[in-house]
Amino acid sequence: MTCIEAQGLRKTFGTTVALEGIHLRVEEGRIVGLIGPNGAGKTTALNAILGLTSYQGELKVLGRDPWRARDQLMRDVCFIADVAVLPRWMRVWQALDYLAGVHPRFDRAKAEGFLARTEIRKTHKVRELSKGMVTQLHLALVMAIDARLLVLDEPTLGLDILYRKQFYDSLLNDYFDRSRTILVTTHQVEEVEHVLTDLMFIRRGRIVLDCSMEEVEQRYVEVMVRPEQLAAALALKPIHQRQVLGGSILLFDQVDRQQLAPLGEVRTPGIADLFVAVMTREAGQAQGACR
Amino acid sequence: MNTQLNAVTESQIGPEAGTMAAIPGWRRIYWSVRRELWEYRSIYLAPLAVAGVAVTAFSISVILGIWEPPLRLNPERPVAPFDSAAALLMATCILVSVFYCLDALHGERRDRSILFWKSLPVSDLNVVLAKASIPLVILPLITFAVTVAMQWLMLLVGSAAVAVRGMSVSTLWAQLDPLRMWGLLLYHLLTAHALWPAPVYCWLLLVSGWARRTAFLWAALPVLAVAGVEGILFHSSHFIRVVLSHLVGLAQTAAMAGGRAFPTDAMTRITPGRYLATPGLWIGLMLAALFLAAAVRLRRSTGPI
Repeated sequence: MTCIEAQGLRKTFGTTVALEGIHLRVEEGRIVGLIGPNGAGKTTALNAILGLTSYQGELKVLGRDPWRARDQLMRDVCFIADVAVLPRWMRVWQALDYLAGVHPRFDRAKAEGFLARTEIRKTHKVRELSKGMVTQLHLALVMAIDARLLVLDEPTLGLDILYRKQFYDSLLNDYFDRSRTILVTTHQVEEVEHVLTDLMFIRRGRIVLDCSMEEVEQRYVEVMVRPEQLAAALALKPIHQRQVLGGSILLFDQVDRQQLAPLGEVRTPGIADLFVAVMTREAGQAQGACR
Repeated sequence: MNTQLNAVTESQIGPEAGTMAAIPGWRRIYWSVRRELWEYRSIYLAPLAVAGVAVTAFSISVILGIWEPPLRLNPERPVAPFDSAAALLMATCILVSVFYCLDALHGERRDRSILFWKSLPVSDLNVVLAKASIPLVILPLITFAVTVAMQWLMLLVGSAAVAVRGMSVSTLWAQLDPLRMWGLLLYHLLTAHALWPAPVYCWLLLVSGWARRTAFLWAALPVLAVAGVEGILFHSSHFIRVVLSHLVGLAQTAAMAGGRAFPTDAMTRITPGRYLATPGLWIGLMLAALFLAAAVRLRRSTGPI
């Protein structure tokens, strides 16, 4: 079943175009990374999906129009922005009480179970918790909600490496199953690299890459080329080139691996390198939509 | 609320969805109101503190003999401290309402928590109604309950003092007539503190949802501007008088007759018919509804500041 479907989704702020009529389709059970530089339109896209902003074009999330039915949609959708959105005056027990009071899919016992594994006590106020603990709290609340779509907007911003790793570990181990969908934006590409099933790059309000991770592996190849073979490699039209000690690393799009093997060590590029390559390509070149 | 409509959309989504969505509207309102009381504890702490101070002051005056129980000489005297204490609580109610309204839709945007609230299945209408119910329903009721408790304590202290001096406790009670006093108090709070100032509180709520900062300034400036233009053009001050009468609760003149200045005075007669026939009340309520509708629309599209 389709979880998110957008047709010509467009949003402008005055004369600034935040989303230039994007098309996207996210199937249920996927973990999609929406990656883009600052100001590319990531947050605007998420806001539209969450019913926080109006938009032009067609958008359906779990079959609903987010802008018209945000409150109904939120029974099935959870959202974690960065750490600063839990009200600082709130005590942990108040958050549990309130969610149990208003959310039909909130399982209080489950949330208490998650919290029992942390240092967080029910009498703590959010303002007394460290950044990492606030994220743990928010994650515990959200994971106790039986939602079908979880949207994460820079959820680990400003956290130390231990909390960041723990965040994605518990998300995968305790929460994700094939019936849920997760949409995540982050700048820390490396830490979601092995979590994602799908990858989307967004740039200046356009989706410039939309692939599953398997397609990325099939399609993009990175080759470490020694200087003497550089000319031969460049003839195969790499989409990106960077210098390293002892040679160049070239990134190819849809070039046969067998053809590349003699030129040097062949491997699948990391998302970060792929991101840089796709983002720095000149405008107007063939775009990387796989579907 | 619109459960039928919900049921239809739920059934399109999946069979399990419909059964899970059974949280009635009143429960969401109830928790939204409780949430306000958690965040703005001054809603009940301020009246309690003021009442505590009033009871203490009264007790001191009784012990020092300033509050004189000789009831025969001057029948006004036993009532006076009860009235001033009640007036103090009414002023507190207005003050807390004004400051609450100015922050209610502003604070959640300032601390970005609006993103958390909006991630929950609670509609903007629900939130705005819950927030509006604080000055329009909850605070008048809290003021009533605290005033009754406070005057009850004062009555006990006063009765003890009267009894110690060997005078008739029942005369004191007969003069104060607490049940009538509290009945009038409730009537006064509902007519003059809940319904009458509704447009002012709803205007403040709307501005708090709109202003990026200094909500009080934005709330007061248009009023001052209109009043200023009126003064320059027509040399009159109707507008500012109307606004002030809506805030400070001069509805009393319409809702009550007889008696002296204080609404719970023993001579007061209630005139609900005249109150309900006052056009100012209905125009005010219509404006209040408009301001609330605008606040709901505004909350839908605003994010953190």
